Amino acid sequence: MQNFTPVSALVGGALIGLASAWLLALNGRIAGVSSILHGIFAPPEAQWRAWFISGLLLAGLAWVGFLGPVPVRTSLPVGWVAAAGLLVGFGTRMGGGCTSGHGVCGLGRLSVRSLVAVVTFMATGMVAAFVVRHVLGVPS
Amino acid sequence: MSALLSAIAAGFVFGLGLWISGMANPAKVIGFLDISGEWDPSLALVMAGAVAVTVVAFRLTLRRGKPMLEESFALPTKKDIDAPLVAGSAVFGLGWGIGGYCPGPGLTALATLSTESVVFVAAMVVGGLVHRAITRT
Repeated sequence: MQNFTPVSALVGGALIGLASAWLLALNGRIAGVSSILHGIFAPPEAQWRAWFISGLLLAGLAWVGFLGPVPVRTSLPVGWVAAAGLLVGFGTRMGGGCTSGHGVCGLGRLSVRSLVAVVTFMATGMVAAFVVRHVLGVPS
Repeated sequence: MSALLSAIAAGFVFGLGLWISGMANPAKVIGFLDISGEWDPSLALVMAGAVAVTVVAFRLTLRRGKPMLEESFALPTKKDIDAPLVAGSAVFGLGWGIGGYCPGPGLTALATLSTESVVFVAAMVVGGLVHRAITRT
């Protein structure tokens, strides 16, 4: 467990929780990133969603420009990256949420539906990570 | 206007949390999901830290009749455990385990302009649009 970073994980996690609490308290909306992203293509609530996504992008620019180290991985073949994106995009819309909507927010609301989603995607995520790397031998 | 500024601020803090926690680094996410190697339990603490905040803050917030900047809360209404929930979450997990990106980290990682972040986000948008096209007909 030499890569374990408990302090930054907890602090970063708490910030994610605070941002989600902020969006609910002020805007009355759930910080589910997959729903917010795809909602940009579906008015009438497209505008605030575009602003939220812009905030996510600005945080990335701020981090890359001023703050921290930015590890960039180049080893995963681009076809696998594309497949991953398609599955994530399709699956989150079919399942109604991702790690933020079902995870951070759904679990925060004590939703059994979200708990089922989280257990499911954690399980298949672990299976896929193992199979792709250790059975199929894809570099990553 | 203030609601939009609030939304961009929330997105910004959310994104910083992703970077600080290491979740914007797909290799770190894979380090958690791949339990066969040098297992890195950090992601579990990210989720625990986030949910510890939301479970308290959401409860306090929802006691109020309405949010500060909007007329009402917009909360998910579905409660049933149905096939699309399980199948969709399973498909999402497969993509997550392959790439190490879920939607938030993928988006904020666009700032690196890395090939994989651009390809991932483009494919993710297409995947969502494919789902919409299928379910609409």
